[in-house]
Amino acid sequence: MRSSSSLPPGPWAVAIRALARDRASLVSVGVLALMVLASLMAPLYARYVSRTDPFLSNVAGQVQIDGRAVDIMQPNDNPLHLGLSPIGPTGRGAYLLGADSQGRDVAARLLYGGRNSLLIASAAALLCVVMAGVVGIVAGFFGGVVDAVLSRIMDIMWAVPVYLFAISLSIVMVSQGLTIGPFTITSDNLLIPIVIIAIVYVPYAARPIRGRVMALRNSEFVLAARGLGVPSARILLRDILPNVTGTIVVLAPLLTALALLTESALSFLSIGVQAPAASWGTIIQDGEGLIYTRPLVAVAPGLAIVIVVLALNVLGDGLRDALDVRETSRRGH
Amino acid sequence: MCAILALGLVVSSGRAGAQAPGETLGSPHRGGTLRLTADSSGGTLDPQINYTSTYLQLFSVLYDGLLTFPKVEGMAGTRVVADLADHVPEPEDGGRTWRFTLRQGVRFSDGRPVTTDDVVASFRRLFKVGAPTAGAFYGAIVGADACLAHPASCTLEGGIEADPDSRQVIFHLSRPDGEFLQKIAFPHAVILPADTPAHDVGNQPVPTTGPYRIVSYDPNRALTLDRNPAFRMWSAEAQPDGYVDHILYSFGLDDEAETTAVENGHYDWMYEDKPQDRLGELGARYASQLHIQPLFAFWYLPMNTRRAPFDNVLARRAVNYAIDRRALTMLYGGPALATPLCSMVPPVFPGGDIACPYTRDPTPDGRWHGPDLERARALVRQSGTAGQHVTLIVANRSIDIGMGTYVRNTLESIGYHVDMKPLNIAIQFPYIQNTNNHVQIALTDWFADYASPSNFLDDLLGCENFHPGSDSSINMAGYCNQTAQDLMIRALATTDTVAQADLWRQAARIVMDDAPTAPIMSMRYLDFVSARVGNYVYTMLYHLCFSRVWVQ
Repeated sequence: MRSSSSLPPGPWAVAIRALARDRASLVSVGVLALMVLASLMAPLYARYVSRTDPFLSNVAGQVQIDGRAVDIMQPNDNPLHLGLSPIGPTGRGAYLLGADSQGRDVAARLLYGGRNSLLIASAAALLCVVMAGVVGIVAGFFGGVVDAVLSRIMDIMWAVPVYLFAISLSIVMVSQGLTIGPFTITSDNLLIPIVIIAIVYVPYAARPIRGRVMALRNSEFVLAARGLGVPSARILLRDILPNVTGTIVVLAPLLTALALLTESALSFLSIGVQAPAASWGTIIQDGEGLIYTRPLVAVAPGLAIVIVVLALNVLGDGLRDALDVRETSRRGH
Repeated sequence: MCAILALGLVVSSGRAGAQAPGETLGSPHRGGTLRLTADSSGGTLDPQINYTSTYLQLFSVLYDGLLTFPKVEGMAGTRVVADLADHVPEPEDGGRTWRFTLRQGVRFSDGRPVTTDDVVASFRRLFKVGAPTAGAFYGAIVGADACLAHPASCTLEGGIEADPDSRQVIFHLSRPDGEFLQKIAFPHAVILPADTPAHDVGNQPVPTTGPYRIVSYDPNRALTLDRNPAFRMWSAEAQPDGYVDHILYSFGLDDEAETTAVENGHYDWMYEDKPQDRLGELGARYASQLHIQPLFAFWYLPMNTRRAPFDNVLARRAVNYAIDRRALTMLYGGPALATPLCSMVPPVFPGGDIACPYTRDPTPDGRWHGPDLERARALVRQSGTAGQHVTLIVANRSIDIGMGTYVRNTLESIGYHVDMKPLNIAIQFPYIQNTNNHVQIALTDWFADYASPSNFLDDLLGCENFHPGSDSSINMAGYCNQTAQDLMIRALATTDTVAQADLWRQAARIVMDDAPTAPIMSMRYLDFVSARVGNYVYTMLYHLCFSRVWVQ
């Protein structure tokens, strides 16, 4: 018997080492960690720095700047004295990025919005890979009628443009809520966008998993297990699942990025996160009407989305490289 | 502008109907197409049914009643003048009889002359088609009760009689109505051909008597008007001839796109309120194309007094204490366009000058000084309605959503769980009137039909204007206080202006104490026209007069 120290490192250890050598991936992880941390700090910022409630209108309010009380809504400079504009970036703690049209602190809303956006995106991606994993593994492993039925359902879902599908589901669920047996989810519950986004991306994730399982189904070790009379459930859990986990892990950040974009789009259309809660999508919608006077209200959450999606895509690439057997083989020899 | 109008009046009095070729009211600015734009159409073309400001404005240059409000600027535009009648009658029998004489020589756009039969048929039709104002405005006509109960067989027996030879039409009222002439001047009392179907004509135009006629209508796209070939001007102040040859009213752009289109000269006028975020830009760059005008109108929150939580007077008072009227004026466009209002009646009328009962730090001057959230929260707790779910219905325009967001926050801050439901403006107004929709609270505006406190107190809160299950139940709060109602009836019946003003004030105090609504602000009207529009004439009741502007 050889000692354990002399065993070659497992595939996960190899992948982690490869990922640790990838500077782009490390920067991505750092950026994502920073965004999550900043979002988690939202209540602290609102309470101790901004000292405002970012969910309450504050049109008639004031903010202290250099010891002076300044109106949050500022009169426009025009001869007819028409209209008011929210205060712009103060460069200080309170109203760091200015106010939106309801007089709310944009920076505080951006942090709170990040919590919802990131939570929805990651939860939707997780739910999606679980559902897609089940569908892909079952369809790929059992084949035949089961595969035909599941694949056709996936084909039908794939045939509908993803945003059209998401919007259709959202309109129904956001207007009526969701009732499953004795359980009712109200229209403002974050579970609704999570479930919708997870459902619409199942075909996109299930297809590569199914393909991988179909390849594994005919591999020697699976055929050997079958020949030895190992039950299908055991083969699925012990032989198939561990070998598709890499594919699932690679899909996860990419699905999270897609989910984030979809959540933002739905919320921008008022059929995602429901007010008074905020997400980056709802903040962009808030800023739409201020695009001429206070563009930062829309640009700031837009930038946050770009940064997170970019980081997730780079991380996804890094994971793919790290977990790809052929890639690691090339690197290893 | 006024000089041109004066010239028009001189011309009309000297040679009514006679104009030099290619001129309107002595001006060469005749011809061209006036291009209007609105978010959506105003719905039915039936002038006796449609109650939207979108089409009431348009109908004022299409149809005529026996009387009308003159198409002139300022308060002069709120008095009543003869239109199809040849003079404004004096009351007889203590205000129970009104004798009109129909003008000679007026024709419908299909060439048929206007007769006394048309007048009688039009007033019967008004009940048969269920005009929204049938009961409130014309319920005093003898026989109206039977017509309201059985519209299909309405004859107004004993209430209206006509003599074709003398061209007289005589109205008999069951009780004196001090505002009967204003109600006859209101567009629902326009005269239509006697054979007009006794049902909503929908998208089918009815022949007109004014300077324009409807030539096509697609409610999803556009409405087109051109000159009425049978029109011969009979009174420049009642129904002046039009300058433009055609009027094209397009639908489908939102308020932001409309603003841009008018800025670029693609349209000459937009219907919607100007978006709050564009006001700075408009004021700075297009000041010469903007017109800020007085308005008999207000924004308010009708609360359903027959449905929880606002069936509890303490909850309704709490809303009145909580609403920051100043903040809402800011969301509407600032002090240049709106003033906080704490009465059911705008300040220009009696009843609009009562002391505000819902203010922080009340002072003897009776003014509103700010919201009192602590008191509002205490009232909500006291009412036992804290924690209840409330749905706020708003229109889907940017201003409505902005103000609605604020109101939702306020209601949440005093203890309710609130959803805001934005609806298309064409749907929202009838939706919030119909009790079948179980609306709890809505945000909406209201424009006076004519210059009187009754248009706010009696119209919006009169017992007779609550019709369960109807889209035309303008008393959205479902409010009925018999004491207030009696005061309003007495105010409507009296001709003593001092006593009348006092009665309106008493009614306003009772109403505000019961708080079936939360008044928010009175507004001024901001009109934005293209650079080529000339002779801008604004009337207090129907705003820009489309027949009086020129585009070339």
